[in-house]
Amino acid sequence: MTETSLRWKSALLSAVLLLSFLAVWHVATLPEPSSTTVDAEYAALVGAAAATGGESAMPTPADVGAQLLAHLRDPFHERGTNDKGIGTQLLSSIARVMVGFGMAVLVAVPLGFVIGMSPMVYRALDPFIQVLKPISPLAWMPLALFIIKDSDASAIFVIFICAVWPMLVNTAFGVAGVRREWLNVARTLEVRPLRLAFKVVLPAAAPTIMTGMRISVGIAWLVIVAAEMLVGGTGIGYFVWNEWNNLSVANILCAILFIGLIGMALDLALARLGRLVAYKE
Amino acid sequence: MKPSFLKVEGLSKVYPGPRGEPDVAVFEDLHFSVEAGEFVCVLGHSGCGKTTILNILAGLDQPSAGVAIMAGRELSGPSLDCGVVFQGHALLPWLSALDNVAFAVRSRWPTWSRTEVLEHSRHYLRMVGLGEALDKKPSALSGGMKQRVGIARAFAIQPKMLLLDEPFGALDALTRGTIQDELLRIVKATGQTIFMITHDVDEAILLADRIVLMSNGPRARIVEYVEVTLPRERTRETLFKEPLYYPLRNHLIDFLVRRSGHYSGDAGGVAERPALVRPGLDTDTPFNPSADHGDLRNEPIGNHGAHRPGPSQTKAHLGRPGQDRRAQQGMDDGGAARADDTDGSAGEGGRRRARAA
Repeated sequence: MTETSLRWKSALLSAVLLLSFLAVWHVATLPEPSSTTVDAEYAALVGAAAATGGESAMPTPADVGAQLLAHLRDPFHERGTNDKGIGTQLLSSIARVMVGFGMAVLVAVPLGFVIGMSPMVYRALDPFIQVLKPISPLAWMPLALFIIKDSDASAIFVIFICAVWPMLVNTAFGVAGVRREWLNVARTLEVRPLRLAFKVVLPAAAPTIMTGMRISVGIAWLVIVAAEMLVGGTGIGYFVWNEWNNLSVANILCAILFIGLIGMALDLALARLGRLVAYKE
Repeated sequence: MKPSFLKVEGLSKVYPGPRGEPDVAVFEDLHFSVEAGEFVCVLGHSGCGKTTILNILAGLDQPSAGVAIMAGRELSGPSLDCGVVFQGHALLPWLSALDNVAFAVRSRWPTWSRTEVLEHSRHYLRMVGLGEALDKKPSALSGGMKQRVGIARAFAIQPKMLLLDEPFGALDALTRGTIQDELLRIVKATGQTIFMITHDVDEAILLADRIVLMSNGPRARIVEYVEVTLPRERTRETLFKEPLYYPLRNHLIDFLVRRSGHYSGDAGGVAERPALVRPGLDTDTPFNPSADHGDLRNEPIGNHGAHRPGPSQTKAHLGRPGQDRRAQQGMDDGGAARADDTDGSAGEGGRRRARAA
């Protein structure tokens, strides 16, 4: 099979899978007319459809589509604290992730460098890293709220703490694994330590460091939704929780779709960056 | 007498044995010297510590005992005075060929401007025939081209001495030949002092002025110094036509195949001061070609020896270690024996190179 025909066939299969999923969804959520089982007074109160019990709270694909269009038409509206456009919510989530992730880069990459360069520091810090790494970032939330006393900063701290470990471990691994012969070349050329770090070790370890960043940003995006459900205010996590309270499943589904799309975009962006620093041996 | 450019004295490398077992000496008590402008090859089997010697000279490894003195100063730690061509080219894969060389040049002359650095780097890459591939990454270069970049990088910093660690070991025979020719040409043009590790007999004969023969490890020793008695103007095509080529080659092969193993262990049979041997010119070289054409090849050399003035008579004992004073001198200073040869016979002097002068 040639490359182009392969691509066309896989695209076709994707489309078929999507359409059949939508079809099943559509059929499953069709309102089914049934015998009146509810009280007539209640029927007058809540409307005919609910009175018959025919319509479920689960929206049809068409409902969600309409809702999606509504969100896209006006993504940045602000009508009070509990009615902000989904674009605004997503942007504030992305901003939190970026700040927390950026702080994690500033800490993890230099520290990982030191750990990777020095077997002594590596051994000294290893027990701490091994214990701290598996802690769910949300477990830090109460402590963060208690110490920082600011919900927004606490959410950023949680992002920081979850993003720091993969980068730290990968940076240390990449730096420790720089090929002996490249270091020997630098040594015979009497390269100064700072130049060695930036011109030899950093480029050599860059692909491994970028992999760590890609893992980190993925985890950060997973964690921000849960963190925002806890701290509230703004953000896509808060939006999802708010719409759950509103029992607006269509809005929840829209948010889920957006969360997935943004997560994919972040991953692609870092993969692109990773390709810039990659090298072939 | 002028002191040698590089003098190595009593060099040993001992690795601690695994728990409870005695230490392992890779090599012990090595003495040798390299003159300025000389090309010295070390020949020996794997495991005799050739690469360790080179790493010690490059400052990348520490000897257990002994010193190496270059141009009057003890070598301690890596320095820009020694350029190294590594066994695996050791190019930085994220830099282009030009930037790899420029990285070295910038290390050597940190105050140079960008244009100066690049112009200097380009010059050395053109010298190894890579003028067209300047901007290619190492992954886009063939094995031979990568090694050429490595050679250009080492020459570009204009080191006092160049160390080559089996630079052509990983290359196919055709490529190896081409680069050997190029190396010969560059060495001739620059007069670079070179110390090279190899296990390839023909490579050593083609390139070297003097060959250091090492016994098998562990506890490897230097057994002999062999002077390459062929004229300096060598090419791969005409090399085997030289009358002295086969005696020399046979001597080296005989050493590697038969004799190198006899000296291992307690270094029995190795003299404290190994002899300088000149296969084909000395009458009792350890190897005696028994084949009928072997005598034919040796004949002009035999005649040659007969015409020698007095001092050359002592050559009869050169093969026997430790007995001959001249042999010892030859080891201490490779130039001494050569100087005698030149006034000993005009014919031979004409064929020999005069580069050392």
